[in-house]
Amino acid sequence: MAEREQIKKTPSRSDKADVAEAPAASEAGEKLKSELDDLLDEIDDVLETNAEDFVKSYIQKGGQ
Amino acid sequence: MAIPKIVGIETELGIMVRGAADWNPVSASSMLINSYVGTDPGGIDDRATPVAWDFIDEMPGADARQALAPSFSMPPEIETHLVNAVLTNGARYYVDHAHPEISTPECLDALAVTLYDRAAELIAVESMKAARALLPPDQEVILYKDNSDRKGNAYGTHENFLVDRSLPFGQIITGATIHFVTRQIFSGSGKVGSELPGIGGAEVPYQLTQRAEHFEEEVGLETTLKRPIINTRDEPHADSQRYRRLHVIVGDANMSQVATFLKVGTSSILLAMLEDHAYDMSMTLDDPVRAMHHVSHDLTLGEPMKLADGSMATALEIQFDMLEQATAWSTKYGLESVGGDHVGNMILDRWERVLTGLESDPASVADQVDWLAKMRVLDGFMERHDCGWDDTRLRALDLQYHDLRPEKSLAARAGLETLVDDADAALAMSEPPLNTRAYFRGKCLQKFADSVVAANWDSIVFDVGDDPLRRVPMLEPTRGTVEHVGALIDESATVSELLDKLGA
Repeated sequence: MAEREQIKKTPSRSDKADVAEAPAASEAGEKLKSELDDLLDEIDDVLETNAEDFVKSYIQKGGQ
Repeated sequence: MAIPKIVGIETELGIMVRGAADWNPVSASSMLINSYVGTDPGGIDDRATPVAWDFIDEMPGADARQALAPSFSMPPEIETHLVNAVLTNGARYYVDHAHPEISTPECLDALAVTLYDRAAELIAVESMKAARALLPPDQEVILYKDNSDRKGNAYGTHENFLVDRSLPFGQIITGATIHFVTRQIFSGSGKVGSELPGIGGAEVPYQLTQRAEHFEEEVGLETTLKRPIINTRDEPHADSQRYRRLHVIVGDANMSQVATFLKVGTSSILLAMLEDHAYDMSMTLDDPVRAMHHVSHDLTLGEPMKLADGSMATALEIQFDMLEQATAWSTKYGLESVGGDHVGNMILDRWERVLTGLESDPASVADQVDWLAKMRVLDGFMERHDCGWDDTRLRALDLQYHDLRPEKSLAARAGLETLVDDADAALAMSEPPLNTRAYFRGKCLQKFADSVVAANWDSIVFDVGDDPLRRVPMLEPTRGTVEHVGALIDESATVSELLDKLGA
């Protein structure tokens, strides 16, 4: 069995240097984490009150 | 030479009724659509008319494999007695089996179809509101944009692409299969658990797509069982000498607009490459159905699959190769067929961005890829509540991600990037695209609803008074645009005038 040639990734279409994005990454990470925390705070209000019943009753027949 | 990749999406919605002891999905779906189409709270009437769908040309049993006429195929039934409306944006809204189903009109490119897909969501939201106004206070109809009830039933989000008839169907099978299997890494909407017999929650606690496990064949006509990766339905709804409509049933419904855009855009480019004979098809999968399940089950994105030549490759590697070919194709052939330079380059840029993100740090694209956005919510929930994948609340979250009620939808709160403006999408609920035949259909419905007896994708039937009914064929998806007929429609006070001007 012949060794498969390494598939080369296409050269980046963007001209931006990757280095410039590094300092922003941890800031973006912090923002994402706090957004997720907000969502999880909110989830108890948003989540269906009886998860068991909801999941059991979710039946969808006859689809393509 | 590649022809315009005119595209449309039709989505079967999940439906539930709260607060009613006894309900059935067919009547709930009918009631929902009739509420949207028939009532007029705040001017909904101008968005829809109770114009009937014309079934005359529907032939879902026609099979692209021609001479191979398989005897075991069961063509889908056409249920002509159920609610079936045409909307003023050119779309169709109807009851399909036990689901409300909403389509987009024909769109010229992936960005336009993403706009109209969002408009379809807004129509669903308006429908729920309209139905609520007619129901007792403790009852409501709820719609879900997903594909699986996690109990063995699956329903579809189908993409439809205009393809040159002269492209041999066999090449579509070869070229598209590997894309449909591997694009799952960015198009999947995620699902808790597995529905395949013999696979437990420990083995597959979560997977990339809702639909993969429901696919059992490589090629076929069926859509409701033994689903095939390549569907051979041959119902072009257009000039059948020139056109084919590729009916794609493998995809998940996406809440992420980026995922919708990329799913459709990359597929458009692939089909255009095939038409230009610019796609190197030497890479094919050894077992596409198995590979489809494999990709869906592999959260690492790193487990390779066997190719027909015996070598191994991951879905990511295959997609990177496809992107490389697409980039070369676009340089040589241009992006006209996929909507022009702006949209075409947007597809290529985003494709690269998402693949690069998936390769280096999947969490970095959780704002674009549904299965990652959902997984982020589920992981966060498990961490906060110290529970595992077997907790029922995760299954509830899995479903509620797709809830279309703005106040309940988890997807609406998951930090997904949007590509279209909701103000534009609101207009698109009632205004057709300018640059496909949907324009003619939508504008005729807006202006001459009383004279339209029936409509379907490729014709409109008018009642001009004493004369016999007049059918105007619309077999050319690229014609009937604002350029072709806009002035004619504006200048015609009556349908008779319009028909005279059209020379029909």
